[in-house]
Amino acid sequence: MSTPATRRKPPRVGDQPLFRRLLIGIVLVLVAFLILAPLIIIGVEAFAKGWQVYRDTITHPDTRHAIMLTVLAALVAVPVNTAFGIAAAWAITKFDFRGKRFLLVVIEIPFSVSPIVAGVAYLFVYGLQGVFGPMLDEYGIKILFAIPGIILASMFVTAPFVARELIPLMQAQGRDLEEAATSLGASGWRTFFSVTLPNIKWALLYGVVLCNARVMGEFGAVSVVSGNIRGQTNTLPLHIELLYHDYQAAGAFASASILALIAVFTIIAKVALERQGAGRVHSPATRPSLVANTAEKTS
Amino acid sequence: MKIRLDHVVKTFETFRAVKDVSLEIESGELVALLGPSGSGKTTILRMVAGLEYADQGHIHFGDQDATDIPVRDRGVGFVFQHYALFPHMTVAENIAFGMKVSKVKREKAAIDARVADLLRLVRLEGLGDRFPAQISGGQRQRVALARALAVDPKVLLLDEPFGALDANVRRDLRRWLREIHSELGITTLFVTHDQEEALDLADRVVILKDGQIVQQGTPEEVCRDPKSSFVMKFLGDANVLAAEVRDGKAYASGAAIEVSGMADGKAELYARPADLDWSLQGPGIPASITRVLDRADGRRVLATAETGEHLEFDVEPERLVKAGDGGFVTLRRAKVFALA
Amino acid sequence: MRRNVLPGLPLSLGVTLFYVGLIVVLPLAALVFKAASLGPEDYWRIVSSSRALASYRVTVLSALGATVFNLFFGLALAWVLTRYRFPGWRIVDAMVDLPFALPTAVAGIALTALFTTNGWFGSILGELGIKVAYTPLGIMIAMCFTSLPFIVRTVQPVLEDLDPALEEAAQSLGGSDWAIFRKVILPLLTPALLAGVSLSFARALGEFGAIIFIAGNQPMSTEITALLIFIRLEEYDYQAAAAIASVLLLTAFFMLALTNWMQSRALRYTVRG
Repeated sequence: MSTPATRRKPPRVGDQPLFRRLLIGIVLVLVAFLILAPLIIIGVEAFAKGWQVYRDTITHPDTRHAIMLTVLAALVAVPVNTAFGIAAAWAITKFDFRGKRFLLVVIEIPFSVSPIVAGVAYLFVYGLQGVFGPMLDEYGIKILFAIPGIILASMFVTAPFVARELIPLMQAQGRDLEEAATSLGASGWRTFFSVTLPNIKWALLYGVVLCNARVMGEFGAVSVVSGNIRGQTNTLPLHIELLYHDYQAAGAFASASILALIAVFTIIAKVALERQGAGRVHSPATRPSLVANTAEKTS
Repeated sequence: MKIRLDHVVKTFETFRAVKDVSLEIESGELVALLGPSGSGKTTILRMVAGLEYADQGHIHFGDQDATDIPVRDRGVGFVFQHYALFPHMTVAENIAFGMKVSKVKREKAAIDARVADLLRLVRLEGLGDRFPAQISGGQRQRVALARALAVDPKVLLLDEPFGALDANVRRDLRRWLREIHSELGITTLFVTHDQEEALDLADRVVILKDGQIVQQGTPEEVCRDPKSSFVMKFLGDANVLAAEVRDGKAYASGAAIEVSGMADGKAELYARPADLDWSLQGPGIPASITRVLDRADGRRVLATAETGEHLEFDVEPERLVKAGDGGFVTLRRAKVFALA
Repeated sequence: MRRNVLPGLPLSLGVTLFYVGLIVVLPLAALVFKAASLGPEDYWRIVSSSRALASYRVTVLSALGATVFNLFFGLALAWVLTRYRFPGWRIVDAMVDLPFALPTAVAGIALTALFTTNGWFGSILGELGIKVAYTPLGIMIAMCFTSLPFIVRTVQPVLEDLDPALEEAAQSLGGSDWAIFRKVILPLLTPALLAGVSLSFARALGEFGAIIFIAGNQPMSTEITALLIFIRLEEYDYQAAAAIASVLLLTAFFMLALTNWMQSRALRYTVRG
């Protein structure tokens, strides 16, 4: 019994060394070309004309205004969508009512609708040809080609983000805890803040982070409703397009580098939140429940 | 097919699951690996199957060294604890799977006929086109067995075959598995933590503790002659009394029995409830009855000895005993093990 | 149906319905209303004009190409990330989300810079006679980029949760790796693959920001439907924009319905009965 233990494991499907190396190799090359290279070239192009041009672009009043507007849109759209997401998740997971499945489908609609279609749709509500447009115009309220339009379009595009993270999780957690709290005399708000919220905080934050990234980066829907007025209704993504078509590639990439940095931070936050268990419960639509074969470890 | 394990060792991370186990299973034998959880019984079974590889030692199938043969070439039938039926295939497709993927090509008609035979064997005629989610736990268990038998395995391995089932279904399936075994005569090894299941079903019981075999033998041998206090306790209820061995006799709470060949010193006396009796006269252990539990097949008496030790024993239904009675607990037989 | 014992139904449901109504339903209804006000003949004339048809063709074909590529690449990526451990796998795993997190306009200019004739990849491919930027191939690459995570992220959790005993059972029954993959693993991944494919396809159909920079935007050849809508708006032809947008909207709804139907079919076996 003096020979050292050799940790051998029987091969699983796809464990042949050659196949394994080949597949890893192919996947890594494709990831490098399709995902990593675009990220790298943003940095390279941003500094192509030197540090001075980069700094000039970033500090240019138009760029600063675009950043301010992007942040403003996020500051309004994200909290509103978060409140909506919590309300929707509470209504859907804690109660039974008619039409619940239909409501779930409607909430998810913005995911499958092209942002351009969303922008056009808003045109027909608040534009001069739209349902409320002429009336709003009479009172001198400007929604389209102004900041409110940008915020509304961003809200449409990101409406499902928080709700989608919370609903599957709260569904899985059930109602027992809340029912126990209520039976002990806690009020609804008290129950939510001291029983529900601690259990969903990471998933909530996860949804908020993803929602924020999308609001800050939204392009299609916003470009329809913004009117692209330089220094007034240009968000950062629109500003990038403007510079790019003005043949100021270095400026466009410099502005893009800010958004790319936000994207990288979003991913880091996402990974950190996933370590806390967020994003792990998925909707049954994408996760088949194998009734007969729930995996359990043998003794 | 005869199976031989030769000084097999398996370590997970830092945990030594199986420590130097040697075991022989005769061709056609039905053997139970019995032990509490963590005793390494499932690991041994999985090593025999080729689902784990031994770190050290060898596993022989007949004259062949099977240690490094992967599971797909080992020719074993494995029934998983939770059956592992393919949920997207019907019962018949599950049973046919092994024949369809086999290197030996078979006619579709031949496969269908074999599936029908197996469905008959496991008494599931007519359920062939159901999905696993649509049948009961006991039925799934039998599908898993039929699927394993379909490939004509040299050895049949079952991991806690009845663990996930109700007590009634369990008893029925146990008898039925025994019948199938006598019909097919296939070498069978199964894992259980349920001593009753092992004793009812197996030709031979191998008792494991902490990755080692502590005793093996026929159900009669291990029941009548447990070699250690662990086996004694693991196989069934037992009263334990502190005892003292002196000059070939063990003394406990006022009773004494012959123990030839034991060294003097502290020991423990083990007696099953059926090994004790109640009498109004000595000799015996002076005690008083604290409670009587009435059961369908007799009366269980709880008593406290004068030394303060608690005793449980069974008397026949007609016996008039009640709480508060004083008397003597007599020993019909008992086992004494020296304290290590 | 279970009795509702918790408080807050009127408030939470009220907020939800109001918000969904105002933000989601009202605009889409207004769009459909606007398109419907055209009358069948005008509507048909606009949505079946040769320029519109050409835009559907290039959009759908590029989206199909991108989705098929992503089906294989996404499955391979999900497989590698769940089954194999290699140095840096966590970084690769995190990078899969980059297309989600990176704004589409940023992705658009980055891909264009890579694939123009003097870009890193464009110059090499150009020597081989392959032109990517300003061709349908460029549209496809932009679509591949933005929709890749959908397939990886729907397949990965299912692959992670696959009961290892199923694979072991198939091995013990003598199945080769390929047979086990084809007959056991792939069918169990099918519902997730379908979900990922339809999400990926829907996203590719509607994608705008990542594409317009690399596409070239030539009417009849590299003009995607989303861009055509945008151009009609800039020409103040709001009715045409509404009509073509309604086509994209109906396609999205159709995809949604199709996915639900395919998934319920693919999961029939889990229904007890």
